[in-house]
Amino acid sequence: MKHTLVALAVLGLGASGAYAQEVVKLGTAAPLTGTQAHLGKDIENGVRLAIEEYNAKGVTLGGKKVKFEVQAEDDQADPKTATTVAQRLADSGVKGVIGHLNSGASIPASRIYNEAGLPQVSPASTNPKLTQQGFKGAFRTIANDVQQGQAIGRYAATKLGKRVALIDDRTAYGQGLADEVDKAVKAAGGTLTGREFTSDKATDFLAILTRIKAQNPDVIVYSGMDTQGGPMLKQIKQLGITARFITGDGGCTGEIIKLAGGAIGSHAYCTQPGLPLDKMPGGKDFNARFKKRFNTDVQIYAPYSYDATAAIIEAMKAANSADPAKYGAFISKVNFPGVIGTVAFDAKGDIKDGAVTVYQFKAGKWEAVQ
Amino acid sequence: METLLQQTVNGLVVGSVYALVALGYTMVYGILGLINFAHGDVLMVGALVALEAIRLIQTHAPELGLVPTLLAGLSVSVLVCMVLGYTIERTAYRRLRNAPRLAPLITAIGVSFLLQTIAMIIWGRNYHTFPQLVSTTPLEPVAGVFITPVQIAILVVSALLMMALMLLVNKTRLGRAMRATAENHKVASLMGVDTNKIIAATFIIGSALAAVAGVMFSSNYGIAHYAMGFMPGLKAFTAAVLGGIGNLGGAMLGGLVLGLVESIGAGYIEDMSFGFLNSSYQDIFAFMILGIVLIFRPTGLLGERVADRA
Amino acid sequence: MNELALAIPWLGKRNPAAARGVVILLAFVAPLIAMLFGKTWVRILDFAMLYVMLAIGLNLVVGFAGLLDLGYIAFYAVGAYAFALLASPHFDLHLPFWLVLPLGAGFAALAGIILGLPTLRLRGDYLAIVTLGFGEIVRIFMNNLNQPINITNGPQGINMIDPLVLFGWDVSKPLKIGEEITVNSLFQYYYIFLAFVALSVVLVQRLQVSRVGRAWAAIRDDELAAKAIGINTRNMKLLAFSLGATFGGVSGGLFAAFQGFVSPESFSLMESIAVLTMIVFGGMGNLAGVIVGALALTALPEVLRYVAIPVQQALFDKVILDPEVLRMLLLSLAMIFMMLLRPAGLIPAYSRYSRPELVVGKEAGK
Repeated sequence: MKHTLVALAVLGLGASGAYAQEVVKLGTAAPLTGTQAHLGKDIENGVRLAIEEYNAKGVTLGGKKVKFEVQAEDDQADPKTATTVAQRLADSGVKGVIGHLNSGASIPASRIYNEAGLPQVSPASTNPKLTQQGFKGAFRTIANDVQQGQAIGRYAATKLGKRVALIDDRTAYGQGLADEVDKAVKAAGGTLTGREFTSDKATDFLAILTRIKAQNPDVIVYSGMDTQGGPMLKQIKQLGITARFITGDGGCTGEIIKLAGGAIGSHAYCTQPGLPLDKMPGGKDFNARFKKRFNTDVQIYAPYSYDATAAIIEAMKAANSADPAKYGAFISKVNFPGVIGTVAFDAKGDIKDGAVTVYQFKAGKWEAVQ
Repeated sequence: METLLQQTVNGLVVGSVYALVALGYTMVYGILGLINFAHGDVLMVGALVALEAIRLIQTHAPELGLVPTLLAGLSVSVLVCMVLGYTIERTAYRRLRNAPRLAPLITAIGVSFLLQTIAMIIWGRNYHTFPQLVSTTPLEPVAGVFITPVQIAILVVSALLMMALMLLVNKTRLGRAMRATAENHKVASLMGVDTNKIIAATFIIGSALAAVAGVMFSSNYGIAHYAMGFMPGLKAFTAAVLGGIGNLGGAMLGGLVLGLVESIGAGYIEDMSFGFLNSSYQDIFAFMILGIVLIFRPTGLLGERVADRA
Repeated sequence: MNELALAIPWLGKRNPAAARGVVILLAFVAPLIAMLFGKTWVRILDFAMLYVMLAIGLNLVVGFAGLLDLGYIAFYAVGAYAFALLASPHFDLHLPFWLVLPLGAGFAALAGIILGLPTLRLRGDYLAIVTLGFGEIVRIFMNNLNQPINITNGPQGINMIDPLVLFGWDVSKPLKIGEEITVNSLFQYYYIFLAFVALSVVLVQRLQVSRVGRAWAAIRDDELAAKAIGINTRNMKLLAFSLGATFGGVSGGLFAAFQGFVSPESFSLMESIAVLTMIVFGGMGNLAGVIVGALALTALPEVLRYVAIPVQQALFDKVILDPEVLRMLLLSLAMIFMMLLRPAGLIPAYSRYSRPELVVGKEAGK
């Protein structure tokens, strides 16, 4: 059995030998089919862009020039499939993994990466448990729910109005964030007029919005994704609701502006962990570079997966090796300016407290206000 | 009171889209006894084709007015969906007319996946913005109720289409042949009805209705996406069963009832359950009502009460 | 086993004993063969075993008793959550496996009866939609029961579920035999799952030819006639629901232990449809058929995942379609053409206790 594996490995090397440089494969896993496929592809594209740019710059590890390659796998947003593709990535000898999107996929997959000794940096899973399992190799470049939820709740209750209505999309992300907003609003002296619920597959929010309208809040906090947020803004306008609107990073995108049609205005706010894109050295033209390469807009997670990839490669450079056993320990030590802000991890593997930036919709785009 | 009225209007608008889609399910079911799982995806194709057509018109003939553009886009998508409906029936279902009952259900699921995948290849994975040709800005509120022109259009168009379909089925030769085929294929064909043609016609009409529903859905919410057909498809299927599957009037009633139940359920469930349940149980509410109705009327609201029919 | 053996082309009919040997041998060496292609395939085999159990259970309800169930995954969910709640840090309960699994199965059976009771009068597609609704209701409750009291931990799911521990043998750890050999936990899980599958097969086979099995066949073929000859259709239907659910519950419990994490995402409507597709694809009403169907449809997407890129590179010199798109495309085409060519499934039910032409025939009913 061993021999077959060795033979396969030799074949693999033989094929890449033609490039006269060592190939280092990185894996990425996210839903590439199904209702979240656009977000999964966003993650994959972020990884591709990072790798292509590093390849163009040229990276030398252990004296040898290396070429990075991507192996992208579709986890179908399904926990079971996630473990299968995790195993497949481990089997095919990738040196590190950027993924997954859903916490429900990341957590079971993280066990397999841990067994295989592979570092895993998630660009999108916000469930705090991911980095609390005691796995040394589990990191994430997205803020967990606590930091961001508190920032939203505080800002909403102190700056936008005392009476806050909360909408939660009942995904792991939405619920986790909403719970934190709930606490922060009360801590900041605001009142929660009600908490309503929808799903990540819904398109019609008129029923819950009508209910919210009757509560007459000053501000609506929406904890969910942009694909629901856009139509929701439109329906808020349809019902003649004048309350302000604020949402987290899931809705802090160009996509929500497009999808809301003309219904978005200066009453709309959003937050994103990290500093404003145009203040970051790598962030300024990120969207343009991305658009040029893939001919599609950044959805949400591409900057995070770009930085996750960069974190792995920077750690490899620091360790001067692509061997997970060697460079793994260096991930927790990286500290570099990424697209989303300074990339550095705390002891658990969460991204270190950076500022959370609040944006307001002005003149056709999100502008930083704080 | 204002809130209740507003919830009723919300429910009626959603309900009439459900009803229109449910008609497609129920027509096919009435004639073939088949759950056409791919029906929701025909709706999706309808919306995306209309989107494509409207984009083309807007770039090449921007001088065309808003409503003519929408109508042109709608006609293209209705035509495409008619052809699609016919093709699906001809290739995937016709051969299975006498096969085990669940075999066509599996091909239907296969067709549904296939349509989604093809749409994903053509239109990509991202959500598209559907152009707002009919305004979604609310009119002056009447009695505190906000309603938009596009919602009014949805109500009117679905009412007209449903009436037209009723007339077609009950008053025309084609309709009579359809009813005969639904009653009994063999006997109908003995009476000189070309059942294959009638079944094809049913699929074509059902698909056309789905295309219209798709365009209305996308115009109302301003979005189109390759996986958008699943939820309305599921809801419409529920509506069709609620009303009594195979029964046209039932599908309409079922759609409207379901829309109202969802809307009012989401609006008042928290008060009714003393805070124990809340709007996160919106979808459960619809299924609960369905369960309760079926326990007392096992063949739906308007279903035939035939004692034992396989 | 006999049916599987008979289904082997050529050998099956000539030498059933040898064919049976082949089936048993294959079942034992399968993970070893899979290992040649990597651990992924052993993991896929493990999941395939869980799906085989689900397919066997659903076949009991749909194939034997003729009750179309579109929400079967609910029982899988009940089994999985029962295991997760009783053996994880969530409530800090760590009951032993031999207690949790039967409890989970029991809860699932109870859920089967709860579903069965109000739906006794419903037929065909009315039953289908109510069961579909039931499946969604169970999933939505699991997604929302973290308030007012936190029972299921909502969408965040339950993590760190205890692994299977049999009399001090922790299946999730590599097993050391002597000095040289270690057996990976994936293999250990496989053989445990295989034992459960074998047990289920024997059980269901006995059941099918028993008085109960014949009563189900009678109900499926003509409920009125079945009633007329004195079959207690109510009890028989409830039995079908609860027994079918038991299999789902056991499979769910094993899934929770194997995966170590459960969340409502695993129990969506699409999963119910996937299991139903497996049994129809394989041959509803036929034990061998549903087993083959479950194996084929678990493996097929994964095989497509592997060949998508190399095949395209060989044919066109470049990758035209993303592998995941091609996979969906081929999977959907396979479903369509398979049913067009073999409407009764890969291995159709043989006619001793089932007469598909009766069940089905649209015309016959009208």
